[in-house]
Amino acid sequence: MILRRPFFWLIALTIAVFAAAPRGADVELRESLLLAAVYITLASNLNLMLGYAGYVNFGSIVFFGLGGYFCVYFMGTLGWGLVPAALVAGVAVSAAALVFGWGILRLRGVHFALATIGVNEGVMAFVTNFQPWGGSTGIYLSPELFQPLGGPRQALWIIYYLLVGIMGISLYLSYFVKRSKFGLGLLSIGQNEDAAAVLGVPTPRYKALAYSASAFLPAIAGGLYFFKGAFIQPADAFDLTLSTEAIVITMLGGQGTIVGPALGAYLYEELRGWLLTSETFANFQLVVAGVLLLLIVQFAPDGLMGFFYRRWPRLRRLLE
Amino acid sequence: MNALLEVDDLGKRFGGLQAVAALSFTVGEGEILGLIGPNGAGKSTVFNLINGVFTPDGGRVAFRGSDITGQAPYRVARLGLARTHQIVQPFAGMTVLENCTVGACFGREDLSLARAREAAREAAGLVGLENRLQAPALELTIAGKKRLELARALAARPALLMLDEVLAGLNPTEIAHMIGILRAIRGRGVAILMIEHLMQAIMSLSDRIVVLNSGRKLSEGPPAQVARDPAVIEAYLGDPGMVQGRAP
Repeated sequence: MILRRPFFWLIALTIAVFAAAPRGADVELRESLLLAAVYITLASNLNLMLGYAGYVNFGSIVFFGLGGYFCVYFMGTLGWGLVPAALVAGVAVSAAALVFGWGILRLRGVHFALATIGVNEGVMAFVTNFQPWGGSTGIYLSPELFQPLGGPRQALWIIYYLLVGIMGISLYLSYFVKRSKFGLGLLSIGQNEDAAAVLGVPTPRYKALAYSASAFLPAIAGGLYFFKGAFIQPADAFDLTLSTEAIVITMLGGQGTIVGPALGAYLYEELRGWLLTSETFANFQLVVAGVLLLLIVQFAPDGLMGFFYRRWPRLRRLLE
Repeated sequence: MNALLEVDDLGKRFGGLQAVAALSFTVGEGEILGLIGPNGAGKSTVFNLINGVFTPDGGRVAFRGSDITGQAPYRVARLGLARTHQIVQPFAGMTVLENCTVGACFGREDLSLARAREAAREAAGLVGLENRLQAPALELTIAGKKRLELARALAARPALLMLDEVLAGLNPTEIAHMIGILRAIRGRGVAILMIEHLMQAIMSLSDRIVVLNSGRKLSEGPPAQVARDPAVIEAYLGDPGMVQGRAP
Protein backbone atom coordinates (compact mmCIF):
# COMPACT_ATOMS: atom_id res chain seq x y z
CA MET A 1 0.00 0.00 0.00
CA ILE A 2 2.80 2.36 0.95
CA LEU A 3 4.44 1.49 -2.36
CA ARG A 4 1.55 3.13 -4.17
CA ARG A 5 2.17 6.51 -2.54
CA PRO A 6 4.12 8.87 -4.84
CA PHE A 7 5.94 10.18 -1.83
CA PHE A 8 7.57 6.85 -1.08
CA TRP A 9 9.20 6.88 -4.50
CA LEU A 10 10.10 10.55 -4.27
CA ILE A 11 12.16 9.86 -1.14
CA ALA A 12 13.67 6.75 -2.72
CA LEU A 13 14.62 8.83 -5.75
CA THR A 14 16.17 11.55 -3.57
CA ILE A 15 18.27 8.96 -1.77
CA ALA A 16 19.32 7.40 -5.07
CA VAL A 17 20.38 10.79 -6.49
CA PHE A 18 22.38 11.61 -3.38
CA ALA A 19 24.02 8.19 -3.43
CA ALA A 20 24.81 8.17 -7.14
CA ALA A 21 25.72 11.80 -7.87
CA PRO A 22 29.26 12.08 -6.52
CA ARG A 23 31.36 9.43 -8.24
CA GLY A 24 35.04 8.68 -8.01
CA ALA A 25 37.05 11.80 -7.49
CA ASP A 26 34.21 14.29 -7.25
CA VAL A 27 34.92 15.08 -3.61
CA GLU A 28 33.70 18.64 -3.80
CA LEU A 29 30.20 17.64 -4.87
CA ARG A 30 30.20 14.94 -2.21
CA GLU A 31 31.04 17.43 0.52
CA SER A 32 28.30 19.79 -0.63
CA LEU A 33 25.73 16.99 -0.73
CA LEU A 34 26.92 15.72 2.64
CA LEU A 35 26.19 19.08 4.14
CA ALA A 36 22.81 19.13 2.39
CA ALA A 37 22.06 15.69 3.85
CA VAL A 38 22.93 16.98 7.34
CA TYR A 39 20.74 20.03 6.81
CA ILE A 40 17.84 17.88 5.60
CA THR A 41 18.23 15.58 8.61
CA LEU A 42 18.28 18.49 11.06
CA ALA A 43 15.41 20.35 9.40
CA SER A 44 13.18 17.29 8.91
CA ASN A 45 13.46 16.31 12.54
CA LEU A 46 13.08 19.87 13.73
CA ASN A 47 9.90 19.93 11.67
CA LEU A 48 8.34 17.27 13.91
CA MET A 49 8.30 19.85 16.69
CA LEU A 50 8.18 23.12 14.78
CA GLY A 51 5.89 22.19 11.92
CA TYR A 52 3.73 19.43 13.40
CA ALA A 53 3.38 20.29 17.11
CA GLY A 54 3.94 24.03 16.66
CA TYR A 55 6.77 24.29 19.18
CA VAL A 56 9.76 26.40 18.15
CA ASN A 57 12.92 24.58 19.18
CA PHE A 58 15.76 27.07 18.91
CA GLY A 59 18.25 24.73 20.52
CA SER A 60 17.76 21.64 18.37
CA ILE A 61 21.50 21.60 17.72
CA VAL A 62 22.04 20.21 21.21
CA PHE A 63 20.88 16.82 19.87
CA PHE A 64 23.46 16.95 17.08
CA GLY A 65 26.30 18.08 19.35
CA LEU A 66 25.52 15.71 22.20
CA GLY A 67 25.20 12.84 19.74
CA GLY A 68 28.60 13.81 18.38
CA TYR A 69 30.14 13.79 21.84
CA PHE A 70 28.68 10.42 22.81
CA CYS A 71 29.78 8.82 19.57
CA VAL A 72 33.29 10.27 19.63
CA TYR A 73 33.66 9.26 23.29
CA PHE A 74 32.41 5.71 22.68
CA MET A 75 34.85 5.29 19.80
CA GLY A 76 37.87 7.15 21.08
CA THR A 77 37.84 6.14 24.74
CA LEU A 78 35.83 2.94 24.84
CA GLY A 79 36.99 1.63 21.48
CA TRP A 80 33.55 0.89 19.99
CA GLY A 81 32.92 0.57 16.27
CA LEU A 82 31.29 3.44 14.36
CA VAL A 83 27.83 1.91 13.93
CA PRO A 84 27.20 0.80 17.53
CA ALA A 85 28.70 4.06 18.82
CA ALA A 86 26.43 6.20 16.63
CA LEU A 87 23.33 4.11 17.41
CA VAL A 88 23.86 4.13 21.16
CA ALA A 89 24.57 7.88 20.95
CA GLY A 90 21.17 8.29 19.26
CA VAL A 91 19.40 6.26 21.93
CA ALA A 92 21.17 8.11 24.76
CA VAL A 93 20.37 11.56 23.41
CA SER A 94 16.78 10.54 22.67
CA ALA A 95 16.37 9.31 26.24
CA ALA A 96 17.86 12.53 27.61
CA ALA A 97 15.47 14.52 25.41
CA LEU A 98 12.53 12.58 26.82
CA VAL A 99 13.55 13.57 30.36
CA PHE A 100 14.19 17.22 29.43
CA GLY A 101 11.03 17.24 27.35
CA TRP A 102 8.77 16.37 30.29
CA GLY A 103 10.15 19.43 32.04
CA ILE A 104 10.36 22.18 29.47
CA LEU A 105 7.30 21.19 27.43
CA ARG A 106 5.13 22.56 30.19
CA LEU A 107 6.16 25.90 28.78
CA ARG A 108 4.55 27.36 25.71
CA GLY A 109 5.37 29.84 22.97
CA VAL A 110 8.25 32.18 23.60
CA HIS A 111 8.98 30.61 26.98
CA PHE A 112 9.52 27.21 25.40
CA ALA A 113 11.73 28.69 22.69
CA LEU A 114 13.89 30.40 25.35
CA ALA A 115 14.06 27.20 27.39
CA THR A 116 15.39 25.28 24.38
CA ILE A 117 18.23 27.78 24.06
CA GLY A 118 18.78 27.33 27.77
CA VAL A 119 19.06 23.57 27.39
CA ASN A 120 21.67 23.99 24.66
CA GLU A 121 23.70 26.55 26.63
CA GLY A 122 23.39 24.47 29.80
CA VAL A 123 24.62 21.31 28.11
CA MET A 124 27.45 23.27 26.49
CA ALA A 125 28.51 24.71 29.86
CA PHE A 126 28.42 21.23 31.36
CA VAL A 127 30.50 19.67 28.58
CA THR A 128 32.99 22.55 28.67
CA ASN A 129 33.69 21.65 32.29
CA PHE A 130 33.44 17.89 31.92
CA GLN A 131 37.02 16.59 31.87
CA PRO A 132 36.29 13.01 30.63
CA TRP A 133 35.09 14.71 27.43
CA GLY A 134 38.13 16.95 27.22
CA GLY A 135 36.54 20.05 28.71
CA SER A 136 36.90 23.17 26.59
CA THR A 137 39.62 21.66 24.37
CA GLY A 138 37.40 18.82 23.23
CA ILE A 139 38.33 15.35 21.99
CA TYR A 140 40.68 14.44 19.15
CA LEU A 141 40.30 11.06 17.52
CA SER A 142 43.31 9.11 16.33
CA PRO A 143 43.48 8.57 12.54
CA GLU A 144 43.90 4.90 13.45
CA LEU A 145 40.14 4.77 13.96
CA PHE A 146 39.58 5.13 10.22
CA GLN A 147 41.52 1.91 9.55
CA PRO A 148 38.66 -0.53 10.25
CA LEU A 149 36.68 1.31 7.55
CA GLY A 150 39.43 0.85 4.96
CA GLY A 151 41.46 3.99 5.56
CA PRO A 152 40.51 7.68 5.62
CA ARG A 153 39.62 7.95 1.94
CA GLN A 154 37.15 5.10 1.97
CA ALA A 155 35.90 6.03 5.44
CA LEU A 156 34.73 9.40 4.16
CA TRP A 157 32.67 7.69 1.49
CA ILE A 158 31.17 5.29 4.04
CA ILE A 159 30.26 8.19 6.33
CA TYR A 160 28.71 9.97 3.39
CA TYR A 161 26.52 6.99 2.50
CA LEU A 162 25.53 6.52 6.13
CA LEU A 163 24.50 10.18 6.38
CA VAL A 164 22.46 9.89 3.18
CA GLY A 165 20.78 6.87 4.79
CA ILE A 166 20.02 8.87 7.93
CA MET A 167 18.60 11.63 5.73
CA GLY A 168 16.34 9.10 3.99
CA ILE A 169 15.16 7.64 7.30
CA SER A 170 14.43 11.20 8.52
CA LEU A 171 12.21 11.84 5.52
CA TYR A 172 10.38 8.52 5.93
CA LEU A 173 9.95 9.27 9.63
CA SER A 174 8.39 12.64 8.80
CA TYR A 175 6.09 10.88 6.39
CA PHE A 176 4.99 8.05 8.67
CA VAL A 177 4.50 10.32 11.65
CA LYS A 178 2.37 12.68 9.59
CA ARG A 179 0.15 9.85 8.37
CA SER A 180 -0.26 8.26 11.80
CA LYS A 181 -2.58 8.80 14.70
CA PHE A 182 0.38 10.21 16.63
CA GLY A 183 0.93 12.73 13.84
CA LEU A 184 -2.72 13.74 13.79
CA GLY A 185 -2.48 14.37 17.52
CA LEU A 186 0.67 16.46 17.04
CA LEU A 187 -0.91 18.50 14.25
CA SER A 188 -3.95 19.18 16.42
CA ILE A 189 -1.64 20.33 19.22
CA GLY A 190 0.02 22.64 16.72
CA GLN A 191 -3.35 24.10 15.78
CA ASN A 192 -4.87 24.54 19.22
CA GLU A 193 -3.37 22.69 22.15
CA ASP A 194 -6.19 23.31 24.61
CA ALA A 195 -8.84 22.14 22.18
CA ALA A 196 -6.74 19.07 21.39
CA ALA A 197 -6.55 18.15 25.08
CA VAL A 198 -10.30 18.55 25.47
CA LEU A 199 -10.77 16.13 22.56
CA GLY A 200 -8.61 13.57 24.33
CA VAL A 201 -5.16 14.07 22.80
CA PRO A 202 -2.65 13.16 25.56
CA THR A 203 -0.75 16.38 25.01
CA PRO A 204 2.11 16.09 27.55
CA ARG A 205 3.02 12.57 26.43
CA TYR A 206 2.77 13.35 22.71
CA LYS A 207 4.88 16.49 22.97
CA ALA A 208 7.58 14.72 24.97
CA LEU A 209 7.60 11.80 22.51
CA ALA A 210 7.88 14.17 19.55
CA TYR A 211 10.72 16.04 21.23
CA SER A 212 12.48 12.77 21.96
CA ALA A 213 11.87 11.35 18.47
CA SER A 214 13.20 14.55 16.91
CA ALA A 215 16.47 14.02 18.81
CA PHE A 216 17.30 10.48 17.65
CA LEU A 217 18.39 10.89 14.04
CA PRO A 218 20.12 14.28 14.49
CA ALA A 219 22.15 12.69 17.29
CA ILE A 220 23.26 9.87 15.00
CA ALA A 221 24.04 12.40 12.26
CA GLY A 222 26.10 14.38 14.79
CA GLY A 223 28.01 11.23 15.67
CA LEU A 224 28.87 10.54 12.03
CA TYR A 225 29.67 14.19 11.32
CA PHE A 226 32.11 14.66 14.17
CA PHE A 227 33.70 11.27 13.60
CA LYS A 228 34.35 12.44 10.05
CA GLY A 229 36.22 15.50 11.36
CA ALA A 230 37.97 13.32 13.99
CA PHE A 231 37.58 16.25 16.39
CA ILE A 232 34.85 17.70 18.56
CA GLN A 233 34.81 20.73 20.84
CA PRO A 234 31.94 22.50 22.63
CA ALA A 235 31.95 25.62 20.44
CA ASP A 236 31.41 23.54 17.28
CA ALA A 237 29.08 20.93 18.76
CA PHE A 238 26.62 23.36 20.34
CA ASP A 239 26.80 26.20 17.81
CA LEU A 240 23.43 27.95 17.79
CA THR A 241 24.13 29.09 14.21
CA LEU A 242 23.25 25.65 12.91
CA SER A 243 20.06 25.62 15.03
CA THR A 244 19.01 28.91 13.53
CA GLU A 245 19.83 27.71 10.03
CA ALA A 246 17.66 24.63 10.60
CA ILE A 247 14.76 26.94 11.47
CA VAL A 248 15.34 29.11 8.40
CA ILE A 249 15.44 25.97 6.24
CA THR A 250 12.23 24.56 7.68
CA MET A 251 10.41 27.85 7.34
CA LEU A 252 11.75 28.42 3.83
CA GLY A 253 10.63 25.02 2.58
CA GLY A 254 7.36 25.06 4.46
CA GLN A 255 6.89 24.08 8.10
CA GLY A 256 4.57 21.17 8.68
CA THR A 257 4.97 19.80 5.15
CA ILE A 258 6.95 16.63 4.52
CA VAL A 259 8.85 17.82 1.44
CA GLY A 260 9.42 21.37 2.65
CA PRO A 261 12.44 20.86 4.91
CA ALA A 262 14.24 18.88 2.20
CA LEU A 263 13.54 21.50 -0.44
CA GLY A 264 14.51 24.30 1.93
CA ALA A 265 17.72 22.51 2.93
CA TYR A 266 18.78 22.00 -0.66
CA LEU A 267 18.07 25.60 -1.62
CA TYR A 268 19.73 26.95 1.49
CA GLU A 269 22.85 24.85 0.92
CA GLU A 270 23.05 26.10 -2.67
CA LEU A 271 22.62 29.69 -1.52
CA ARG A 272 25.18 29.24 1.21
CA GLY A 273 27.67 27.72 -1.19
CA TRP A 274 27.23 30.63 -3.56
CA LEU A 275 27.53 33.24 -0.81
CA LEU A 276 30.64 31.60 0.63
CA THR A 277 32.43 31.68 -2.73
CA SER A 278 31.21 35.12 -3.79
CA GLU A 279 33.72 37.92 -3.14
CA THR A 280 31.11 40.47 -2.19
CA PHE A 281 29.20 38.29 0.22
CA ALA A 282 31.90 36.28 1.99
CA ASN A 283 30.76 35.35 5.50
CA PHE A 284 27.53 37.07 4.71
CA GLN A 285 25.34 33.98 4.78
CA LEU A 286 23.91 34.54 8.23
CA VAL A 287 22.82 38.07 7.43
CA VAL A 288 21.09 36.72 4.35
CA ALA A 289 19.56 33.90 6.40
CA GLY A 290 18.24 36.42 8.89
CA VAL A 291 16.68 38.61 6.23
CA LEU A 292 15.26 35.51 4.56
CA LEU A 293 13.64 34.42 7.82
CA LEU A 294 12.10 37.85 8.32
CA LEU A 295 10.67 37.84 4.82
CA ILE A 296 9.24 34.33 5.15
CA VAL A 297 7.62 34.99 8.52
CA GLN A 298 6.16 38.23 7.24
CA PHE A 299 4.98 37.27 3.77
CA ALA A 300 4.92 33.49 3.42
CA PRO A 301 4.56 31.77 6.79
CA ASP A 302 3.73 28.53 4.98
CA GLY A 303 7.01 28.60 3.06
CA LEU A 304 7.55 27.40 -0.49
CA MET A 305 5.56 24.17 -0.24
CA GLY A 306 2.72 26.01 1.46
CA PHE A 307 2.68 28.39 -1.47
CA PHE A 308 2.73 25.55 -4.02
CA TYR A 309 -0.04 23.66 -2.21
CA ARG A 310 -2.28 26.72 -2.17
CA ARG A 311 -1.58 27.29 -5.83
CA TRP A 312 -2.09 23.64 -6.81
CA PRO A 313 -4.21 21.88 -4.15
CA ARG A 314 -3.89 18.57 -6.00
CA LEU A 315 -0.17 18.59 -5.33
CA ARG A 316 -0.84 18.42 -1.61
CA ARG A 317 -2.92 15.29 -1.99
CA LEU A 318 -0.16 13.78 -4.07
CA LEU A 319 2.75 14.56 -1.77
CA GLU A 320 1.41 14.78 1.76
CA MET B 1 -32.28 6.36 36.52
CA ASN B 2 -28.59 5.66 37.11
CA ALA B 3 -26.40 8.70 37.60
CA LEU B 4 -23.90 9.04 34.77
CA LEU B 5 -22.35 12.21 36.12
CA GLU B 6 -22.38 13.15 39.79
CA VAL B 7 -21.27 16.59 40.86
CA ASP B 8 -20.98 16.90 44.61
CA ASP B 9 -20.33 20.08 46.62
CA LEU B 10 -18.18 21.60 43.88
CA GLY B 11 -16.42 24.91 44.58
CA LYS B 12 -14.04 27.21 42.74
CA ARG B 13 -12.69 30.63 43.66
CA PHE B 14 -10.84 33.02 41.34
CA GLY B 15 -9.14 35.59 43.54
CA GLY B 16 -11.94 37.41 45.32
CA LEU B 17 -14.66 35.88 43.17
CA GLN B 18 -16.47 32.76 44.31
CA ALA B 19 -17.27 31.47 40.82
CA VAL B 20 -18.91 28.23 41.91
CA ALA B 21 -20.01 27.30 45.43
CA ALA B 22 -21.41 24.13 47.03
CA LEU B 23 -22.86 22.96 43.73
CA SER B 24 -24.33 19.47 43.50
CA PHE B 25 -26.35 17.83 40.75
CA THR B 26 -26.49 14.64 38.71
CA VAL B 27 -27.06 13.74 35.09
CA GLY B 28 -28.71 10.39 34.45
CA GLU B 29 -28.13 7.97 31.56
CA GLY B 30 -29.71 9.35 28.41
CA GLU B 31 -30.97 12.45 30.19
CA ILE B 32 -30.88 16.03 28.93
CA LEU B 33 -30.08 18.42 31.76
CA GLY B 34 -30.24 22.15 31.07
CA LEU B 35 -27.92 24.49 32.96
CA ILE B 36 -29.21 28.04 32.91
CA GLY B 37 -28.55 31.27 34.74
CA PRO B 38 -27.77 34.93 34.17
CA ASN B 39 -24.47 35.97 32.57
CA GLY B 40 -21.59 35.40 34.93
CA ALA B 41 -23.48 32.80 36.95
CA GLY B 42 -20.58 30.36 36.55
CA LYS B 43 -22.06 28.00 33.98
CA SER B 44 -18.98 27.68 31.76
CA THR B 45 -16.80 27.41 34.86
CA VAL B 46 -18.85 24.37 35.89
CA PHE B 47 -18.03 22.75 32.53
CA ASN B 48 -14.36 23.58 32.95
CA LEU B 49 -14.38 22.06 36.43
CA ILE B 50 -16.08 18.89 35.24
CA ASN B 51 -13.78 18.15 32.31
CA GLY B 52 -10.57 19.17 34.07
CA VAL B 53 -9.70 22.46 32.39
CA PHE B 54 -9.84 23.94 35.90
CA THR B 55 -9.11 22.08 39.12
CA PRO B 56 -11.85 22.60 41.71
CA ASP B 57 -10.96 23.98 45.16
CA GLY B 58 -13.30 21.51 46.73
CA GLY B 59 -15.92 18.91 46.00
CA ARG B 60 -16.03 15.85 43.82
CA VAL B 61 -16.92 14.95 40.26
CA ALA B 62 -17.69 11.33 39.40
CA PHE B 63 -18.33 10.01 35.91
CA ARG B 64 -19.74 6.52 35.41
CA GLY B 65 -18.91 5.75 39.02
CA SER B 66 -15.23 6.74 38.96
CA ASP B 67 -13.78 9.86 40.52
CA ILE B 68 -12.52 12.28 37.85
CA THR B 69 -12.04 15.32 40.07
CA GLY B 70 -9.13 17.40 38.81
CA GLN B 71 -8.11 14.89 36.13
CA ALA B 72 -6.54 16.26 32.96
CA PRO B 73 -9.02 17.04 30.15
CA TYR B 74 -7.59 14.37 27.84
CA ARG B 75 -8.15 11.67 30.46
CA VAL B 76 -11.72 12.78 31.02
CA ALA B 77 -12.33 12.78 27.27
CA ARG B 78 -11.08 9.20 27.02
CA LEU B 79 -13.70 8.12 29.54
CA GLY B 80 -16.48 9.24 27.22
CA LEU B 81 -17.15 12.81 28.26
CA ALA B 82 -17.08 15.21 25.31
CA ARG B 83 -17.75 18.93 25.20
CA THR B 84 -18.09 21.90 22.91
CA HIS B 85 -16.84 25.42 23.60
CA GLN B 86 -18.87 28.58 23.83
CA ILE B 87 -16.31 30.24 21.58
CA VAL B 88 -15.67 27.74 18.81
CA GLN B 89 -12.18 26.24 18.77
CA PRO B 90 -11.77 24.59 15.37
CA PHE B 91 -8.37 23.39 14.13
CA ALA B 92 -8.50 26.12 11.53
CA GLY B 93 -5.84 24.77 9.21
CA MET B 94 -7.31 21.27 9.08
CA THR B 95 -10.22 20.03 7.02
CA VAL B 96 -13.62 19.26 8.49
CA LEU B 97 -12.88 15.55 8.20
CA GLU B 98 -9.51 15.90 9.95
CA ASN B 99 -11.09 17.91 12.75
CA CYS B 100 -13.65 15.20 13.35
CA THR B 101 -11.05 12.45 13.01
CA VAL B 102 -9.12 13.95 15.94
CA GLY B 103 -12.28 13.66 18.03
CA ALA B 104 -12.86 10.07 16.97
CA CYS B 105 -9.23 8.95 17.32
CA PHE B 106 -8.78 10.13 20.87
CA GLY B 107 -12.30 9.60 22.12
CA ARG B 108 -13.89 6.88 24.14
CA GLU B 109 -13.21 4.01 21.76
CA ASP B 110 -9.54 4.79 21.06
CA LEU B 111 -10.08 4.00 17.38
CA SER B 112 -7.41 3.37 14.78
CA LEU B 113 -6.93 6.11 12.21
CA ALA B 114 -8.92 4.27 9.52
CA ARG B 115 -11.85 3.44 11.81
CA ALA B 116 -11.72 6.97 13.23
CA ARG B 117 -12.22 8.40 9.72
CA GLU B 118 -15.39 6.34 9.40
CA ALA B 119 -16.67 7.57 12.76
CA ALA B 120 -15.73 11.11 11.73
CA ARG B 121 -17.70 10.87 8.47
CA GLU B 122 -20.68 9.55 10.37
CA ALA B 123 -20.53 12.37 12.92
CA ALA B 124 -20.14 14.98 10.19
CA GLY B 125 -23.14 13.49 8.43
CA LEU B 126 -25.20 13.66 11.60
CA VAL B 127 -24.73 17.44 11.82
CA GLY B 128 -25.15 17.98 8.08
CA LEU B 129 -21.52 18.63 7.15
CA GLU B 130 -21.19 15.60 4.87
CA ASN B 131 -20.69 17.82 1.82
CA ARG B 132 -17.94 19.91 3.41
CA LEU B 133 -15.61 17.11 4.52
CA GLN B 134 -12.60 18.38 2.58
CA ALA B 135 -13.21 22.07 3.33
CA PRO B 136 -10.69 23.78 5.62
CA ALA B 137 -12.38 24.52 8.94
CA LEU B 138 -11.58 28.22 8.68
CA GLU B 139 -13.76 28.50 5.57
CA LEU B 140 -16.93 27.48 7.42
CA THR B 141 -19.53 30.02 8.49
CA ILE B 142 -20.21 30.56 12.20
CA ALA B 143 -23.10 28.13 12.00
CA GLY B 144 -20.84 25.68 10.20
CA LYS B 145 -18.13 26.02 12.84
CA LYS B 146 -20.70 25.42 15.58
CA ARG B 147 -21.81 22.27 13.83
CA LEU B 148 -18.18 21.22 13.40
CA GLU B 149 -17.60 21.75 17.12
CA LEU B 150 -20.55 19.45 17.77
CA ALA B 151 -19.49 16.87 15.17
CA ARG B 152 -15.99 16.72 16.62
CA ALA B 153 -17.38 16.02 20.07
CA LEU B 154 -19.83 13.45 18.70
CA ALA B 155 -17.16 11.64 16.73
CA ALA B 156 -15.68 10.60 20.08
CA ARG B 157 -18.89 8.59 20.65
CA PRO B 158 -19.31 9.99 24.14
CA ALA B 159 -21.67 8.80 26.83
CA LEU B 160 -22.17 12.40 27.95
CA LEU B 161 -22.03 15.47 25.77
CA MET B 162 -21.58 18.89 27.37
CA LEU B 163 -22.79 21.66 25.09
CA ASP B 164 -21.84 25.25 25.84
CA GLU B 165 -24.27 27.51 23.97
CA VAL B 166 -24.38 25.65 20.68
CA LEU B 167 -27.39 27.76 19.63
CA ALA B 168 -25.91 31.18 20.34
CA GLY B 169 -25.24 33.27 17.25
CA LEU B 170 -27.40 31.13 14.96
CA ASN B 171 -30.38 32.41 12.97
CA PRO B 172 -33.87 30.89 13.47
CA THR B 173 -33.51 28.42 10.58
CA GLU B 174 -30.13 27.27 11.85
CA ILE B 175 -31.52 26.97 15.38
CA ALA B 176 -34.37 24.78 14.19
CA HIS B 177 -31.86 22.60 12.34
CA MET B 178 -29.58 22.36 15.38
CA ILE B 179 -32.48 21.43 17.67
CA GLY B 180 -33.32 18.63 15.27
CA ILE B 181 -29.70 17.45 15.49
CA LEU B 182 -29.78 17.52 19.30
CA ARG B 183 -32.95 15.44 19.36
CA ALA B 184 -31.32 12.94 17.02
CA ILE B 185 -28.28 12.73 19.30
CA ARG B 186 -30.48 12.10 22.27
CA GLY B 187 -32.28 9.44 20.28
CA ARG B 188 -28.96 7.57 20.20
CA GLY B 189 -28.92 7.38 23.98
CA VAL B 190 -26.28 10.06 24.54
CA ALA B 191 -26.87 12.09 27.70
CA ILE B 192 -26.58 15.84 27.28
CA LEU B 193 -25.65 18.57 29.74
CA MET B 194 -26.30 21.88 28.05
CA ILE B 195 -25.82 25.55 28.78
CA GLU B 196 -28.20 27.70 26.80
CA HIS B 197 -29.62 31.18 26.85
CA LEU B 198 -32.45 30.47 24.44
CA MET B 199 -35.17 29.68 26.94
CA GLN B 200 -37.72 28.28 24.56
CA ALA B 201 -35.18 25.83 23.18
CA ILE B 202 -33.79 24.67 26.49
CA MET B 203 -37.20 24.44 28.13
CA SER B 204 -38.48 22.17 25.37
CA LEU B 205 -35.35 20.03 25.07
CA SER B 206 -34.47 19.44 28.72
CA ASP B 207 -35.81 16.75 31.01
CA ARG B 208 -34.66 18.76 34.00
CA ILE B 209 -33.19 22.21 34.54
CA VAL B 210 -30.61 23.44 37.05
CA VAL B 211 -30.63 27.20 37.59
CA LEU B 212 -27.37 28.80 38.65
CA ASN B 213 -26.97 32.27 40.14
CA SER B 214 -23.67 33.70 41.38
CA GLY B 215 -22.17 30.24 41.35
CA ARG B 216 -24.87 28.67 43.53
CA LYS B 217 -27.78 26.45 42.67
CA LEU B 218 -30.94 28.50 42.79
CA SER B 219 -33.45 25.94 41.66
CA GLU B 220 -33.71 22.48 40.15
CA GLY B 221 -36.51 20.48 38.59
CA PRO B 222 -38.60 19.87 35.48
CA PRO B 223 -38.72 22.89 33.13
CA ALA B 224 -42.31 23.87 33.94
CA GLN B 225 -41.68 23.80 37.68
CA VAL B 226 -38.43 25.78 37.44
CA ALA B 227 -40.10 28.43 35.28
CA ARG B 228 -42.69 29.03 38.03
CA ASP B 229 -40.15 29.19 40.86
CA PRO B 230 -40.34 32.70 42.40
CA ALA B 231 -36.60 32.72 43.17
CA VAL B 232 -35.82 32.03 39.51
CA ILE B 233 -38.17 34.73 38.30
CA GLU B 234 -36.57 37.15 40.70
CA ALA B 235 -33.06 36.31 39.50
CA TYR B 236 -34.19 36.92 35.96
CA LEU B 237 -36.16 40.06 36.78
CA GLY B 238 -35.75 42.57 34.02
CA ASP B 239 -35.30 39.63 31.73
CA PRO B 240 -38.89 39.09 30.58
CA GLY B 241 -37.84 36.44 28.06
CA MET B 242 -37.71 33.98 30.93
CA VAL B 243 -41.31 34.48 31.94
CA GLN B 244 -42.67 34.66 28.43
CA GLY B 245 -40.57 31.73 27.24
CA ARG B 246 -38.75 33.77 24.63
CA ALA B 247 -35.13 34.55 24.01
CA PRO B 248 -33.76 37.24 26.30
